[in-house]
Order: sequence, then structure tokens, then C-alpha cells
Amino acid sequence: MLFGIPITGETVSFFLLALIIIVSGVMLLTLDKVMHMALALGGVFLGVAGIFILLGSDFLGMVQILIYAGAITILMVFALMLTQKGDDTSSPPTSGVRAIFTLLGVVVFAVTVLLVIRSTSWPVNRPAVEPFAKPTVTLIANAMFHTYTVPFELVSLILTAALVGAVVIAKKED
Amino acid sequence: MALQPFLALGAILFCIGLFGALTKRNLIIVLISIELMLNAANINLVAFSHFGVTPHVGGQVYALFNMAIAAAEVAVGLAILLSFFRARNSADVKDVNLMKW
Repeated sequence: MLFGIPITGETVSFFLLALIIIVSGVMLLTLDKVMHMALALGGVFLGVAGIFILLGSDFLGMVQILIYAGAITILMVFALMLTQKGDDTSSPPTSGVRAIFTLLGVVVFAVTVLLVIRSTSWPVNRPAVEPFAKPTVTLIANAMFHTYTVPFELVSLILTAALVGAVVIAKKED
Repeated sequence: MALQPFLALGAILFCIGLFGALTKRNLIIVLISIELMLNAANINLVAFSHFGVTPHVGGQVYALFNMAIAAAEVAVGLAILLSFFRARNSADVKDVNLMKW
């Protein structure tokens, strides 16, 4: 027992992943070069994928690695390379006073939310390690193609519209 | 393992993303910060799907939809960014003032 938390493999891996996520997130905000920021972003996404796998949703963890750590990080790196004009140090934040007050507001918000999380009694039935009977891929497929068919089709429509819109917007006008 | 540590992690990640989105001046870093906030929401959804009174896979499906919407948002955002960079030769938030009153 350490601070009232039992030391098991689950808690140790949770705190390691949380440490990776938070350190990468803070590095993302404090590093000088924007390319290093994009690499820290990859660290955050991999940590979140580990959290998903720890929560028993292995399919979602793999999708997170594929889409976020793979595709979106590379897309951001591409956009950074296309728009940086040689100097790859990021411009300083807006202004000192404004940044300090923003930090103050965000910290107050964070403390409020954390206190609310701590003081609420969440209705949890049992801390099961593996609450789902079947593999989650089967369950997700059943839910997505039986229960949530219409939202699924709407999402595909949105993706198509976003793809066409992105091509139209980014096209050279001449 | 209880529900609260996961919710706390989601809240902290959300606040890191919020601070970045409010203070950074590079448009791409602002987009990245918004992605962090969406990821924090996904952590909460999956945690509730795992620790709920009746563990249900609906939270994971919702997180998948969330990822799809985030991908669409990134695609459109980067397209706007490239178009803006071509017009103004800058990627700074301060320069996005064409529709500012």
C-alpha cells in the first residue's frame, strides 16, 4: 500500500502511463522548436493508447495508435514543414500578463474539476479487470452495425464532406 | 483500480490542452492542443464504459465516432491553414484578422 493505493501491476502501469502523458503534454507546451512539439504530441497519443488498452478496450487502443500516433502526428509534421519558413522556433506566447492570467484561470478550473471528481460518489458496481464477456471487437461491431447504424452512416457522410471540403479549400485558386 | 484516477487524468490532460489552445500563437500548435482536449474526452468515455454500473461498449463506440469527427476537423483545419498561409505568408494567430470587427 502506498498512499492508500494498492500496488498492483495495474496501478503501476496506470501511473507510468499517466506520467508519460502529463510529461509529454507539459513538454509540448514548453519546448522551443515546433518539430519537437510534434514529437511530444506522439508521446501523448501513445500514452493515451496505453490507457485505452489498460481499460480493456484493446481495439480502441490500436485505432488510437493507427490514427492519432500514426496519421495525425505525421499530418501535423507535414503542415509544420510546409508553413515554417526556415525558423522552426515557435513564436513566444501572446504576452506575459495574459499568459499568467490564462494559467491562473486554467489552474482554478482544473482544481475545481479535480475536487468535484474527488467528492462525487460514482456509482461503480465492481472494479472488474475484464468487464466485457466477449472480445471488444465483436461487441463494437455489433453495437456499431446494429444499434448505431444511422450515426455510423452520418459519420461516413461527414468524412466525405470534410474530404471534399478540404480539397476545395486547399486548392490553388487560379 | 477505481474510476477517479482516470477521470483526474482526463481533466489534467484537458487543462493542458486548454492552456495551449488559449496561449500559443502558432495555428498548428493550437490545432494540436484541441486534439489533446478531444483525447481527454475519449479517456473519460472509455473509463465510463469500463467502470459503469453496467459495463457497456457504447462508450467505446462513441469514442470511435469522436475520433472520426476529430480526423475530419484536422483535415479541414489544415486545409484552412494552408490556404491562409498561401494568402498571408504567415501561420500566426495574430494575423488571422480578416473577419475581425
